[in-house]
Amino acid sequence: MSVADVATATGVVVGRVDDVPPGEGRTFVAGGEQVAVFRLREGSLHATQAACPHAGGPLADGQTDVDVLVCPLHQYAYRWSDGASTSGAAPVRVFPVREVDGDLVVDV
Amino acid sequence: MRAVLGARLAGTSTLHLDDELDPRGRLVVVGNGMAGARFVEEVLERGGGEQFRITVFGDEPHGNYNRIMLSPVLAGESHEDDIVLNSHDWYCDNGIDLRAGVRVERVDTAAKQVHAADGSVTPYDHLVLATGSYSFIPPMAGVRRDDGELLPGVYGFRTIDETRAMLEATGRCTRAVVMGGGLLGLEAARALQGHGLQVELVHAMPWLMNAQLDAEAGAILKRSVEELGIGVHLDVLATEVLGSDHVEGVLLKDGRRLDCDLLVVAAGVRPHTDVAVRSGLEVERAIVVDDQLRTDDPDVYAIGECAQHRGSVYGLVAPAWEHARVLADVLTGTDPGAEYTGSRTATKLKVVGVDVAVMGINTPERDDDEFLVISEPRRGVHLSVVIRDDKLVGATLLGDTRKVAFLTQAFDRGAPLPEERIRLLVDLSDGVEEVGVADMPADSQVCNCNGVSKGDICGAVAGGCGSVGEVMDRTRAGKGCGSCKSLVKQIVEWAADGDLAEDPAASYYVPGIPMPKPELMRAIREHDLRSVSAVFAALAPGGKDDARSKMGLTSLLKMVWGSDYIPEKDAEFINDRVHGNIQRDGTFSVVPQMKGGVTTPAQLRRIADVAEKYEVPMVKVTGGQRIDLLGVRKEDLPAMWNDLGMPSGYAYGKSFRTVKTCVGSDFCRFGLDDSTQLGIDLETRFQGIESPAKMKLAVVGCPRNCAEAYVKDVGVVAVGNGRWEVYIGGAAGASVRKGDLLATVEGRDAVMTLAGRFMQYYRENANWLERTYDFVPRIGLERIKAVLLEDSEGICADLDAGIQRSVDAYTDPWGQDAKEAATPGQFRPALPLVALPKVPVR
Ligand code: SRM
Ligand SMILES: Cc1cc2nc3c(=O)[nH]c(=O)nc-3n(C[C@H](O)[C@H](O)[C@H](O)COP(=O)(O)OP(=O)(O)OC[C@H]3O[C@@H](n4cnc5c(N)ncnc54)[C@H](O)[C@@H]3O)c2cc1C
Ligand code: SF4
Ligand code: FES
Repeated sequence: MSVADVATATGVVVGRVDDVPPGEGRTFVAGGEQVAVFRLREGSLHATQAACPHAGGPLADGQTDVDVLVCPLHQYAYRWSDGASTSGAAPVRVFPVREVDGDLVVDV
Repeated sequence: MRAVLGARLAGTSTLHLDDELDPRGRLVVVGNGMAGARFVEEVLERGGGEQFRITVFGDEPHGNYNRIMLSPVLAGESHEDDIVLNSHDWYCDNGIDLRAGVRVERVDTAAKQVHAADGSVTPYDHLVLATGSYSFIPPMAGVRRDDGELLPGVYGFRTIDETRAMLEATGRCTRAVVMGGGLLGLEAARALQGHGLQVELVHAMPWLMNAQLDAEAGAILKRSVEELGIGVHLDVLATEVLGSDHVEGVLLKDGRRLDCDLLVVAAGVRPHTDVAVRSGLEVERAIVVDDQLRTDDPDVYAIGECAQHRGSVYGLVAPAWEHARVLADVLTGTDPGAEYTGSRTATKLKVVGVDVAVMGINTPERDDDEFLVISEPRRGVHLSVVIRDDKLVGATLLGDTRKVAFLTQAFDRGAPLPEERIRLLVDLSDGVEEVGVADMPADSQVCNCNGVSKGDICGAVAGGCGSVGEVMDRTRAGKGCGSCKSLVKQIVEWAADGDLAEDPAASYYVPGIPMPKPELMRAIREHDLRSVSAVFAALAPGGKDDARSKMGLTSLLKMVWGSDYIPEKDAEFINDRVHGNIQRDGTFSVVPQMKGGVTTPAQLRRIADVAEKYEVPMVKVTGGQRIDLLGVRKEDLPAMWNDLGMPSGYAYGKSFRTVKTCVGSDFCRFGLDDSTQLGIDLETRFQGIESPAKMKLAVVGCPRNCAEAYVKDVGVVAVGNGRWEVYIGGAAGASVRKGDLLATVEGRDAVMTLAGRFMQYYRENANWLERTYDFVPRIGLERIKAVLLEDSEGICADLDAGIQRSVDAYTDPWGQDAKEAATPGQFRPALPLVALPKVPVR
């Protein structure tokens, strides 16, 4: 069994790492679910639900740093570590995501 | 899922050991509102945490929030996160057992136990009831469903949950009826109207705010409300609510029917006394308490709106907070003899945008009461005072509250009144100055909500508070309705006598880099930092990036380096990444450049074709004299720009936006010069230049000012013979400010140079997001004149070169990115499974 097979057995390949420019986010569909995948400049990958829990803002259009993702609509910030909002609002769902041979693999 | 306001992180929990060995007394508070939570704070401040194990029951699932601020939340002016006073974490950190979302049902005063709806039984040594009030729903046919719940679409206005529900409903609803013409009803009406609903206000009494105002003042307020476009129906009862599954309208007693899909009932409040009644405590209009806030049971107390003291029940936060102080003194033993003897309530409010201040009585009651009234209905101003035995016993100020400080003092302390009574209401200009901060007596009240005097503020400064923020934290001044904040600031500045420590972070250009702007610019040049990531790596603590700093840094780097800046898409806000303004549903708006507001039939035809081809949901003429295509899908942007063949109008950026013009001398019979051409020239030269905040300009052909040049960041007015006035720092947005005349110059070129020089000075020296209307007064007009007109700092040549560098660096972002995406997937949908647009289609 190849590495890719192992990966697909537990996660979903949503696209290529190169599809996400450094520091930005892009949305993919994984098993009928929208997930926003982010590639930070220091190399780490993160994935969250695509729509903001506050009012449905497109999270992939947000801005990021090593700690948080900021939604573009009302600037709510969500921590990567657990999806919690820094302001006490509802959290976002976060998904494990990793790179396998240049593929983005998300566990949904 | 509905977010809990001031909630803790998911998964965190707190252990509570009800240790029989804990020697501390048991203090239980029922009601986690403004009085209950404040009482707990007061107890802790007096060291009560050592004395008591504290349990707080709150019917609402939230932490404690500032109920007063629900009006601005409903109006969309404040965010709900900003009104949290005590988060769940706060209770946890202070060792308090918060039972949020748990309603208390009754108290067994004999066994000294509290029975709650979750089945729990909690023993107490001291019990404090702070259950507040609820919205009174008058009996009307159809207002409730069979199960007793309100008919869907009908809301009270008391809690954050009701406020959220109404906010949500504003998206679906178009017509609202508000029942009740008191403070809450008026605020609700204004807020809903601001959301675009058609609003009718129904009030059972003959004039608005009848509890506070006399008939005449009420009539003037009515005019102001009607001018907002809100229908007002006085002296009429609503008898029936129509609709079976959802509200469809209300029926008035006179037979009229008002259609609506949203009904707000703000017809007064009633104290929450059910727990007290069930527990056998003495209840009249509210829970009866003595001067120590004690009920007829010696271990049970009541504070806030649920308490009735010497016959009075208050509906304001100031008395509630006084209750909290006195009771904390009593229970902690700090001052066991402390007594509450009642509140003289002086209220200062802003209702529907109109300033209102009321104290004491509003009409004369005795034959020899003096009564002075100034009424200017056309200006919406109505002022009156009632004087008895040379003392002020009442004042009503509507539409003009400039004299409120003096009147409050006179009312509170019976200060002597001027012989010429009219001086109570207006300043007669005979050189007698208004009482300044320095002359205010130390005991004059500054913050009404928290009862903070000038002396308290000075004491905090003397006690070591080094900034306005610290003083506010220490004294709580300005932490209620916030209307006294500017006065607090003035007093702190006066008391500190120039010795005020600035909060260092307040001077940072962006939060993530600990440097003020000049230092940051120096460091950027010195280290040759040309990209945002390079700035973080070199200058941020630990080299850590910060999402909220990126947009400001991008703007700064573009200014410093011009075309030598190394762009990084992730450092840009989404608007700048795709050159359009993001809308509520994730679509974008497209505003093509239309210099000076001048267009051609060919351009209009192209815009029309594009709008049809891409099914643009709304085409709108903007306030900036051009055309907005709203609700465009991200993936359609490049193709639309191509089809338009027009450059970007930069309606999305913190940048130079537009130049509005009037028709000027080519057409207008009053035009003194060619304002249209000058506007076009200005826009051509400065298009797209990034800046700390938006720069909006206008040029007019005469002082009639048809394109509003007096209220622009830079405004140019023709005065004849080739001369132009250049105004700076004007605004007519969230702030309204007439611009300051910088200079009157000769000829078009002089205008171009001076405007460019000012804009560059602003770009280099303004804080991030500081508009010129704040910048110009901060620096001072005289200094700006000296720098820009007399070259007092020898920088004019640099300024001219700096703006030229940015002019040269301009490229049209649409033309550029339409051909080739700047990054992979630049225009990919961010919500691929959602069919956009979701914004309304016209
Ligand atoms: C489209 C337009 C309203 C209209 O339909 O006419 C508009 C729409 C918006 N305005 Fe405006 N403003 C528009 C003219 C104005 C004007 C009038 C003018 O330019 O002469 C003002 C008052 C002038 C001023 O700015 O001082 C104005 C004062 C504001 C403000 C308050 C700024 C302030 O500091 O006072 C904001 C909020 C902000 O900037 O933070 C704002 C923000 C906005 C935003 C960008 C809200 C946002 O952040 O998303 C709106 C974007 C809608 C969109 O997606 O296109 N808009 N806005 C106008 C576009 C003008 C244009 O062609 O560029
Ligand atoms: C929109 C709005 C604007 C206002 N504007 C102003 C203003 O400008 N200035 C001003 O001075 N005042 C204003 N007020 C009034 C002010 O908010 C109140 O005076 C203040 O909140 C009273 O505090 P309280 O603690 O007595 O009651 P509340 O703040 O209502 O708190 C009572 C709490 O007790 C809870 N509770 C009730 N029964 C139980 C039970 N059995 N078990 C557990 N918990 C229970 C309730 O759920 C509630 O959370 C405004 C009010 C509103 C709604
Ligand atoms: S400002 Fe003067 S020139 Fe311009 S339209 Fe008005 S009257 Fe005419
Ligand atoms: S939609 Fe994300 S913060 Fe409002």
